[in-house]
Amino acid sequence: MIDPRLYLSLAAFLFCCGIFGLLSRKNAIGTLLSIELMANAVNLNLSTFAHTLPGGAAAGQAFALFSMALTVAEVVVGLAIVVLIYRTRGDILLELASDLKE
Amino acid sequence: MSAITFAVLGLILCLSAVGTARTQNLVHSVFWLASTLISTAGLFVLLGAPFLAGIQIMLYTGGVITLMLFGIMLTKRTQNTLVPAESHHQRFAFIAASALFMLLNVSIWGTPAFAELRPQPAVSTQAIGAYILSEQLIAFEALSVLLLAALIGAIVLARRSDP
Repeated sequence: MIDPRLYLSLAAFLFCCGIFGLLSRKNAIGTLLSIELMANAVNLNLSTFAHTLPGGAAAGQAFALFSMALTVAEVVVGLAIVVLIYRTRGDILLELASDLKE
Repeated sequence: MSAITFAVLGLILCLSAVGTARTQNLVHSVFWLASTLISTAGLFVLLGAPFLAGIQIMLYTGGVITLMLFGIMLTKRTQNTLVPAESHHQRFAFIAASALFMLLNVSIWGTPAFAELRPQPAVSTQAIGAYILSEQLIAFEALSVLLLAALIGAIVLARRSDP
């Protein structure tokens, strides 16, 4: 039996890689990729608890399914925004999108 | 046996996650993400959630990777996608990510309740479906509305604005 805390640590590592990518990417699509990593870590966490909490299997997996669907919807809208930014500005570097900054 | 599978999948997962976050070339990064998603699907199977593994491969690996590749193709910037290594952004990002990782590990390995987690009997796909459609019906319907809104929103955002 594999210690569930190993799964949780793995999910934590995935999440932290996602945060590193999120903060260090200049490209908007690179940021979206890192958000994908973080959402994946969340799903891994949910599945681990679905597997190991008493009576929580159906609820945990349903929660993970909803999370997956939501992440896909978010990626779709995010990519639409990126395509729009590319069309109006010609490039998708994040530093070019700082019009709201003082 | 499952320990070996877990070790192999976990190793591939860690390497792929680092590859996704650190590769300069964006297309390579997308393929590292595909590797991450597939090894996560393998871990779902180990966790007794084969339905989730199937949905992960169909939805994420099939759908999201394709979307990302289309996005990269439409926006045409594939090189030099990380801030320069000397910039303070990368150092700050590394410090923040590793601090969070240490904090999470301290709470994972320090919580006594987590030491008593044991694998529970697996649940069938039919049971998940029955659960979603009976106890989480409102969430299910709200999710449908949200997906519709996301679809319409994406189409409106990305269409050509011909007068």
